[in-house]
Amino acid sequence: MASLHRTNGGGRVDRARTLSFTFDGRTYQGHPGDTLASALLANGVHLVGRSYKYHRPRGILSAGAEEPNALVTIDRGDGRAAPNLRATQVELYDGLVAESQNRWPSLSYDVGAVNSLFSPLLAAGFYYKTFMGPRLLDSNWAWHKIYEPLIRRAAGLGKAPTLPDPDRYANRFAHCDVLVVGAGPAGLAAALAATEAGARVILCDEQAELGGALLSEWAVEIDGTPAASWVADAVRALAASPRVTLLPRTQAFGYFAQNFVALAERLTDHLASSDPAAARERLWQVRAKEVVLATGAIERPIVFPGNDRPGIMLADAARTYVNRYGVRPGSRTVVLAACDSGYAAALDLHRAGIDVATIVDPRPNGNRTLIEAARTAGIAIEVGATVIATRGRQRVTAVRIARIGADGSAAAGSWIPCDHVAMAGGWTPSVHLFSQSRGKLAWSDAAQAFLPAAAAPGQAQRSAGACRGVFGLAAALEDGFAAGKAAADTRVRKRSFNVTHDLTDFSGIVGTPGTGAHVSKAFVDFQHDVTVRDLKLAAQEGFRAIEHVKRYTTTGMATDQGKTSNLNALAIVADHLGKPIPEVGLTTFRQPYTPVSFGTIAGTSRGDLFDPVRRTPCDGWAQAAGAVFEDVGAWKRARYFPEGGEDMHAAVARECRTVRGAAGMFDASTLGKIEVVGPDAAVFLDRLYINSFQKLGVGRCRYGVLLNEAGFIIDDGVIGRLAPDRFHVTTTTGGAARVLNMMEDYAQTEFPDLKVWLTSTTEQWAVIAVQGPRARDVLAPLLEEVDLGATSFPHMSVKAVRICGIEARLFRVSFTGEMGFEINVPADYGVAVWEAVWREVQKHGGCAYGTETMHVLRAEKGFIIVGQETDGTVTPDDVGLGWAIGKSKRDFVGMRSLSRPDMVRGGRKQLVGLLTADPKLVLEEGAQVTAELHPPAGTPALGHVTSAYWSAALGRSIALALVADGRARIGTRLNVPMPGSDVPVEVVAPVFLDPKGERLHG
Amino acid sequence: MLLITCPYCRMARPESEFHYGGEAHVARPAEPANVSDAEWAAYLYMRANPKGVHAERWRHIHGCGRFFNAVRNTVSDEILATYEAGMSRPDLGDGTKDAR
Ligand SMILES: [Zn+2]
Repeated sequence: MASLHRTNGGGRVDRARTLSFTFDGRTYQGHPGDTLASALLANGVHLVGRSYKYHRPRGILSAGAEEPNALVTIDRGDGRAAPNLRATQVELYDGLVAESQNRWPSLSYDVGAVNSLFSPLLAAGFYYKTFMGPRLLDSNWAWHKIYEPLIRRAAGLGKAPTLPDPDRYANRFAHCDVLVVGAGPAGLAAALAATEAGARVILCDEQAELGGALLSEWAVEIDGTPAASWVADAVRALAASPRVTLLPRTQAFGYFAQNFVALAERLTDHLASSDPAAARERLWQVRAKEVVLATGAIERPIVFPGNDRPGIMLADAARTYVNRYGVRPGSRTVVLAACDSGYAAALDLHRAGIDVATIVDPRPNGNRTLIEAARTAGIAIEVGATVIATRGRQRVTAVRIARIGADGSAAAGSWIPCDHVAMAGGWTPSVHLFSQSRGKLAWSDAAQAFLPAAAAPGQAQRSAGACRGVFGLAAALEDGFAAGKAAADTRVRKRSFNVTHDLTDFSGIVGTPGTGAHVSKAFVDFQHDVTVRDLKLAAQEGFRAIEHVKRYTTTGMATDQGKTSNLNALAIVADHLGKPIPEVGLTTFRQPYTPVSFGTIAGTSRGDLFDPVRRTPCDGWAQAAGAVFEDVGAWKRARYFPEGGEDMHAAVARECRTVRGAAGMFDASTLGKIEVVGPDAAVFLDRLYINSFQKLGVGRCRYGVLLNEAGFIIDDGVIGRLAPDRFHVTTTTGGAARVLNMMEDYAQTEFPDLKVWLTSTTEQWAVIAVQGPRARDVLAPLLEEVDLGATSFPHMSVKAVRICGIEARLFRVSFTGEMGFEINVPADYGVAVWEAVWREVQKHGGCAYGTETMHVLRAEKGFIIVGQETDGTVTPDDVGLGWAIGKSKRDFVGMRSLSRPDMVRGGRKQLVGLLTADPKLVLEEGAQVTAELHPPAGTPALGHVTSAYWSAALGRSIALALVADGRARIGTRLNVPMPGSDVPVEVVAPVFLDPKGERLHG
Repeated sequence: MLLITCPYCRMARPESEFHYGGEAHVARPAEPANVSDAEWAAYLYMRANPKGVHAERWRHIHGCGRFFNAVRNTVSDEILATYEAGMSRPDLGDGTKDAR
């Protein structure tokens, strides 16, 4: 059945096929080629949304990306709900489910519309006054009960989906000679020219079909060919070139430095069903040698009272609905035309059988040819008049026109019944991407618009056609072709285009023509419900710069970024301030041009791929053994190995007792490892670390401490000398990459004369620590011909050995205070050796232990952990490592800073041990340490607790702390104030167990 | 994302292959023990931080691994020159070379 609201023929929809869709639960029909907006209009549905603040009924304003009203949620189920989509851009498919937004309980009866009654309360600056104003009510109560719910509900029109997004998103980097943004007449011509020059071209356009404004023409002929055929020929020619990539449904949304442009391509949203494995959207990151911006222009609404009723739309949008979609947006139209496009719309609407009641033209002198054509068609014209009021609740029913006097006042005239208004306020060039590229804009009086003036340095780009104020079809085609030629190859022959039915005047009017005092409910920003009154109020309250007016009134700050409103707002503020528009300034254009889904930006960086996890070679064994893991940087480390339902406290206490009583094994593979090689390796390490390495014997190790130039500890680790010119350097787990970068920096830039080479070997070695009094017995059976005796292989030694037949580096080192070894085997043999060691460990009653036990055991010995006992303000002396500084050294990184005045003054925080009076109480790490028991508020702390554990070996709690003049306070009592109860502590030396190191050297 | 030409690889590569390394040409005193506290503090902490043309260190960390220098306009992000570590800052004829 033919719809009442469809034209008799024509347009680009496939009338032979019918698609079903629902809007707010009601089923409607449309055709392939429709947008949701055109299909709704074809069903006579104009009321599609409620406005943001006042919940006023709103209809479809536009036919494109600039749409501020017709925002819908498309729900494809299973978390595939996309809010705030512009119905004017949503392609219709069979089974589409759309919901309107910002209304309750229903679109036609909305409780929130009561806001309209309180509209004076919601005027400009409402939010600021809410936050900053006098607190008449208890502010906390008011915030939670009134403001927050109100603002939350108002803050976004649509609701974000709550389920995880099940869709896939793709990402592609691309390079080209010429990127053309926009496939309207100028863009197509530019792409044709660049292709003719043999350039690699990418042409993108946000619409499903390339052609832009040409798709809405029926009479125009270009070089004797109808516009639609000309487009088809051009697209065919471009598609035939292997050097051209055509990207329909692709929005260029961000323009960054050095011609880097981000595009969002919609791949499946227009399909009724698609392969779940197919990506929904694709992010293109394009680096273009040259960019041609052919982004066109957006028609402006005219600001008059009641200009927001459903049925009132942009004139060119009305023309597009009639010509392209075969839809009659009304049956009786009043056209408010301040430029040529209004007349073109009136003529095409008339041709489609719509009764054009009258054309109201605010200008004293319009385009004579068009006026004549309208008169010939029998359309009444009111020149020098405007609309000052409208009627109609859910659809416009009448407009009142008024004649504009010489003084700008408007004399109210008659009411004209109508169900549709088309307004043509003039055209605003889309300079968004140009502005994002940091190009400079300049105001043009002739165009009544900001136009691209100077390109930013490094941005090889040019604008063409309407986006730079070159209006008119023939002019835009020629400008586009010239831009493509200039971008690709200037030898391409210049082309001119012969166009029929061309228009000339697009400038229109800005601000409020002739409405004088009639400004009530005259909307400027439809999406954010900003009226003329709001803007004037902001100016009255002292706001002078447009950026401030924007923030105060929120004009232009909705998801449409003010595409239809910014220039009118600017003109109204300028007029009120009595200043020319350029003096009031221009707001910043920001990415993205239209909203982009998080999925497109995240791409594959989600779930497991968001932050890749590092696992050691022995990770699988630890998992099988039931280890509880913790995150250390990107690593997963086994924290403890619970047995038989143990909690962490019980497991750690058992692991600690087992290591000190027999033996334990620990996966230390995450330690950073750097191979430092070369004839100057020892000299190099001498200059980097505080220790001396030149006299370190082959086969011996040293505990190295690394400072930054400011003199503060940034890393530590055992360094073994494997050969005169080869060192095995270990770093902290988290510091590995940082230390290597720092070493490279010094090797390359400060000491380029030194012959030294650095290689990261962190992942080459699996490291298995075996610690405890039985450690030697555990290892002996696995080694070939190695004497592990205390004299032949003493503490701090390293040796190349074979373990289980595998070449390995064996260190005798300890981070527990027990006799200890660390076996380094090639990573691929890690699990095999681990399992062999595990069998031996079990024979001796040992266990596997995790990082928590490692922390306790080292704290019992007072060994620091960089980043726990140090925080980037701690010197070697502060933590009692002054002994490690090479005595005869003249220089090392950070040495000079150690004698700066602040470093040698008294009162520095020093590492001490703390014992609580109550041995059962474990302090909290980070707790403050004070002299007084109950210090008054504001008392500075002496320091803080850096580590605190339950010590199984001592049967009590222990803590390490950094305390001002700590070493001098050993033996005294201090306090740790805690909520509820302050804890008295005794200051002790930071070594709780075996201070002489007898167990270590055993 | 910026494109940066590594003077060692002689190729323009995306910024994600590089690490920033602070102001260039801040040489470590050859004999730190012989400089005053004030001179050492200046070496440690004082930087030009200009709004405009800035010579700075970069490292092609995910490429050749080399440190090099770049002259970049901090306002426009335009990279005016890149050159090997140890070379002196090129004179771009814009009067910024001796500005510091
Ligand atoms: Zn390189």
